[in-house]
Amino acid sequence: MDFSWLTDPFYQRYLWTGFVNTLWLVAVSGSLGLALAVGVALAQIRGPRPLALVVRGFTTVIRGTPLLVQLFFFYDGVGRLLPAIPGVQESPLWPLLRDPFFYGALTFTISVGAYSGEVIRGALLSVPPGELAAGRAFGLSRWQILYRLWLPRGFQLCLPTLTGEMILLLKSVPLVSTIAMMDLLKAANLVRDETFLVYEPLLLIAGIYLAMTLVLTAAMRLVETRFPGARPVKPRRRWLLPG
Amino acid sequence: MDSTSNDSLLAWTGPILHGAVTTVEIAVLAYAIGLALGLIGASARLSPWPALRALGTGYSTLVRAVPELLLIILLYYAGSQALTAAYAALGGVGQLAIGGFTTAVGVLAFVQGAYMTEVFRGAILAIPRGQLEAADAYGFSRISRFRRIVIPAMLPNALPGMSNLWLILVKDTALVSVIGFEELFFTVQQAAASTRAYFVFYAVAGALYLVMTLGSNALFARAERHVRRGQTGT
Repeated sequence: MDFSWLTDPFYQRYLWTGFVNTLWLVAVSGSLGLALAVGVALAQIRGPRPLALVVRGFTTVIRGTPLLVQLFFFYDGVGRLLPAIPGVQESPLWPLLRDPFFYGALTFTISVGAYSGEVIRGALLSVPPGELAAGRAFGLSRWQILYRLWLPRGFQLCLPTLTGEMILLLKSVPLVSTIAMMDLLKAANLVRDETFLVYEPLLLIAGIYLAMTLVLTAAMRLVETRFPGARPVKPRRRWLLPG
Repeated sequence: MDSTSNDSLLAWTGPILHGAVTTVEIAVLAYAIGLALGLIGASARLSPWPALRALGTGYSTLVRAVPELLLIILLYYAGSQALTAAYAALGGVGQLAIGGFTTAVGVLAFVQGAYMTEVFRGAILAIPRGQLEAADAYGFSRISRFRRIVIPAMLPNALPGMSNLWLILVKDTALVSVIGFEELFFTVQQAAASTRAYFVFYAVAGALYLVMTLGSNALFARAERHVRRGQTGT
């Protein structure tokens, strides 16, 4: 095992950029994805029937196809059609539309929206109807019932599952190395190509991912215990939720 | 779109369908091996020997904490090197050529086994104690208790998890295209690059995977009815 390349500032910069990009991608697509997921869940429960059917089809397609295929579909498939549309290349959005990060974030946001949307839908449906009726009895408006009662109670019910979803998101980030985005895996591949060391860079980022998974699990555990009205959680012996 | 370019798109139908068959073969084989690894892993995690428990826990925890794509690349290099070394140690001469198919199946099965370990462990722990004690009281040997009682009693609990893992596996087969093995997605990437019809081919790939996942959903629903036969109140 030869880790002497770690002292080279050149490789340090690769790894740092990859690390920061990984965190950014998780933060952006995690937060946008959860917002989309709430919409996906509500559209299926309360939306008009045509909208509910469209959203149901959306989740089926996204959850039934590989993330890697979706990534290539958006990056290569949609991304290469865009310049053909008149005016796109002159628009201020063009630098964004050329950035692999945008396609990574787009794909992952959609993916989180579909997978977590189903989780949140199940959780919203298992909020006891009496609690919402109580809200109506107190004269809360529909909007107040939604964001004061229904959503908080739903999130409370599915937080542990959402933790698992966020870990899955973190673990899908290396896929973006295939669309030429600088993430940790891309950084490791570059180090490998230049130093001819096969295992060391890969093992290093495997260790980094292990650490990130543990930190993310611990952070989400903290959110779960601090969440308003959360029941005291028995300390779990298993750290990592199954996928 | 003129007819010549349509012809060149259609010329890829054969290779793509061939790739789809390869994908199904990889998935079925990796799933079968993964089931076996999962049973071994779960038995290890539930065994009375601490060393074996630690081994099982280490396997399932480490593999599940590292991204699949990273594991596939790591195991691709490590696996072929380890096998070559083993071959040389056994007196083999020269390089041992390991096919891409074997590597793809081996790597996916190894990952699948770790997740399966957790599914089986949970399902076995959910078997009511009394059923196992009854088997002991009737003088079942450990092997026949496992085969006649533990497996049938655990399957209804395990099947939802097993079905999830199968769907994840079918989708994960696309990852082996990254190590250059010609399955469905690799073929589609070649087709897209050579015809420059990226949008069409990636949509077709998505549709084929969707057919596979939706089709297997129906099969798993039937399997679940089968393993739940004789259960009341479902």
